[in-house]
Amino acid sequence: MTPLNIVKGSTRHSAYNLRPTFSDTQERHTLALLVENEPGVLARVIGLFSGRGYNIESLTVAEVDHTGHLSRITIVTTGTPQVIEQIKAQLGRIVPVHDVHDLTVEGPSVERELAIIKVVGEGEKRVEALRLADIFRANVVDSTLNSFIFEITGAPDKIDAFADLMRPLGLVEVARTGVAALLRGD
Amino acid sequence: MTREMTGAKMVVQALKDQGVDTVFGYPGGAVLPIYDEIFLQNDIRHILVRHEQGAVHAAEGYARSTGKPGVALVTSGPGATNAVTGLTDALMDSIPIVVLTGQVPTFMIGSDAFQEADTVGITRPCTKHNWLVKDTDSLSSTMHEAFHVATSGRPGPVLIDIPKDVQFATGQYSTPKPSTSHYQPVLKGDLEEITELVAAIETAKKPVFYTGGGVINSGPAASQLLRELVDATGFPITSTLMGLGAYPASGENWLGMLGMHGLYEANLAMHDCDLMINVGARFDDRITGRIDAFSPNSKKAHIDIDPSSINKVIRVDIPIVGDVAHVLEDVLKVWKARGRKTDAANVKQWQSQIAGWRKVNCLAYTASEKTIKPQHALQRLEELTKNHDRYITTEVGQHQMWAAQYLGFEDPNRWMTSGGLGTMGYGFPASVGVQMAHPDALVINVAGEASWLMNMQEMGTAVQYRLPVKQFILNNERLGMVRQWQELLHGERYSHSWSEALPDFVKLAEAFGAKGILCSDPADLDDAIMEMINYDGPVIFDCVVEKHENCFPMIPSGKAHNEMLLGEAETQGVIDSKGSVLV
Ligand SMILES: Cc1ncc(C[n+]2csc(CCOP(=O)(O)OP(=O)(O)O)c2C)c(N)n1
Ligand SMILES: [Mg+2]
Repeated sequence: MTPLNIVKGSTRHSAYNLRPTFSDTQERHTLALLVENEPGVLARVIGLFSGRGYNIESLTVAEVDHTGHLSRITIVTTGTPQVIEQIKAQLGRIVPVHDVHDLTVEGPSVERELAIIKVVGEGEKRVEALRLADIFRANVVDSTLNSFIFEITGAPDKIDAFADLMRPLGLVEVARTGVAALLRGD
Repeated sequence: MTREMTGAKMVVQALKDQGVDTVFGYPGGAVLPIYDEIFLQNDIRHILVRHEQGAVHAAEGYARSTGKPGVALVTSGPGATNAVTGLTDALMDSIPIVVLTGQVPTFMIGSDAFQEADTVGITRPCTKHNWLVKDTDSLSSTMHEAFHVATSGRPGPVLIDIPKDVQFATGQYSTPKPSTSHYQPVLKGDLEEITELVAAIETAKKPVFYTGGGVINSGPAASQLLRELVDATGFPITSTLMGLGAYPASGENWLGMLGMHGLYEANLAMHDCDLMINVGARFDDRITGRIDAFSPNSKKAHIDIDPSSINKVIRVDIPIVGDVAHVLEDVLKVWKARGRKTDAANVKQWQSQIAGWRKVNCLAYTASEKTIKPQHALQRLEELTKNHDRYITTEVGQHQMWAAQYLGFEDPNRWMTSGGLGTMGYGFPASVGVQMAHPDALVINVAGEASWLMNMQEMGTAVQYRLPVKQFILNNERLGMVRQWQELLHGERYSHSWSEALPDFVKLAEAFGAKGILCSDPADLDDAIMEMINYDGPVIFDCVVEKHENCFPMIPSGKAHNEMLLGEAETQGVIDSKGSVLV
């Protein structure tokens, strides 16, 4: 190598290429964290994602161990493999985080989400909505003469599919819980 | 064992039980009960700073120079917000400090009470961890846990927010016990990875050690083990700004600092090596330059206690998560057990290649008999102080880089500078903290005039506590580093990079009751420096230096290690428009 062969005013290299050439493919991972249920712990996790520019597709949290005061946070995130590794390492160093599991890597896992969906319509559309709900095993939890609220549980893409079908039939509102997930087997 | 006492008393008791002897602080309504308890005892010295930022930097200086956690105590609201810069600084440089803030009483939290701020909310991203203590019974255990978190694993700043009613109320105090918290970072490295590193050491033809602040943070044993390994293998070693002193500057294998203003031979060794052993450094952008051209042909090993540092920026081949001292001990053990092998012939050739680069003499500068060159001032300072029991702090700018280049550090914990955050105003209060910890040592803050003015109020602290800190100001009447970038990147348009109304530093010193020395003639420099050293008290040394000197070598932003600029002649139009977007 010949040192100092700088061409004056050189623009040979892009200075933007500051990231190493890791894989660019975006992956979707489901992470399960066991955290101490202390004030601010959720803010720490969310602050990490916003502060470092990571994505959150879905996040759920609830205390799962009432005596040990442990909560389980399930996060669905997307990123390149390198970003996913960083996310896990960064989560792992938050002091009240006990465990970080990547269910996508450690899997197979079971993912479930609950949604309630309001569909407003009359006549043929109303009948069709009911028929589809039956196929998707969605329950009617409220109805008026011109509306239904369906309750559906399943993997997120099943809920997406159901919502897509309901849209032309008068879907007006959706509320989703976000993903809860567990590894299969023991 | 538990005892009943007030929250305020618990704070003082817990500090004592944690071995704290010095607290840097500033009182206010929300911490008055704690100040009352401080008044009633003599074990802990409280140093009244002049600004809360100063308290935190002083605690950092104390921590960096002793290896023990530093402690700061400030009031709610503005006291806490003034501490934020220091907390961020400590987070970036992994400095263990414990900051105690007062808070409005629990029953007023959320009511926009006088001097209320959401301190734990504001400081969540700039602490390693923080706590709002809502009942007095949990105060002592939280304090003990805070010291545990600040000092274990990768060290960092923690904050405890203590509402005033919690300070007044009584509760049960518990003495420190070995931590039962789940937070227990792993210290030992994986033996398989360590063996892989040893195998790489045995066969490397062009190895280099690249060390960082992690070696210093790991403690004196880590520096000892590093020296043993480096000297036994004969591998060259460079260090980041944060790691200076872990290996002695006079050591045979020392290459000098690397990075943006690092030495030519250090950067080229990094670029051309075939084995890079990163010990407690983090591939910061000041170090790597352009990522895709960073040391293209090397196998890389990385020893770090923080798993998130590994593969964050640079993909490494041999990742070792663990404490530097623990890992180096095992590396040495395995390497010795396998017969202390290196490829001595090739390493020797590598050393002579490096010796060739060294001949470039990258720190050469044009001397002057008329004006004091800043490099010359530091060379003289080094010559006249190196045999003293000396500690150096710095501000941020050109002077900081020159200090790193021209001063030599023989031991760890002797060099305190703001690396990750680059905080102007750090050096002076840090020198106060260092001097508190080492009352008889020669403590010098190498400063730029602009940085120094950012926390100059701490002159009051230095004078009040008779701290003989030496403020060695390289006064170029410029925001020198900004000016240098404007020259190189912004067509010499010097937008707001000089001060037109600098104070008379000698009179300023005298106004505070300290000594001021002005020196502008190179012929007077040695005498003036001696006068500073020999004066028993704080000194402001106004060293009037060349105004337009640039700091070289320099790897411009967005360039690779082997695209370094060595001097003025090479600077014209060298940073392209994309490079100028970077900081
Ligand atoms: C708090 C803060 N504000 C702004 C900067 C940006 N900055 C970096 S160096 C510098 C100039 C420092 O001037 P001086 O202290 O005189 O040092 P010199 O470079 O002249 O040696 C500035 C403004 C900074 N690092 N920190
Ligand atoms: Mg200056």
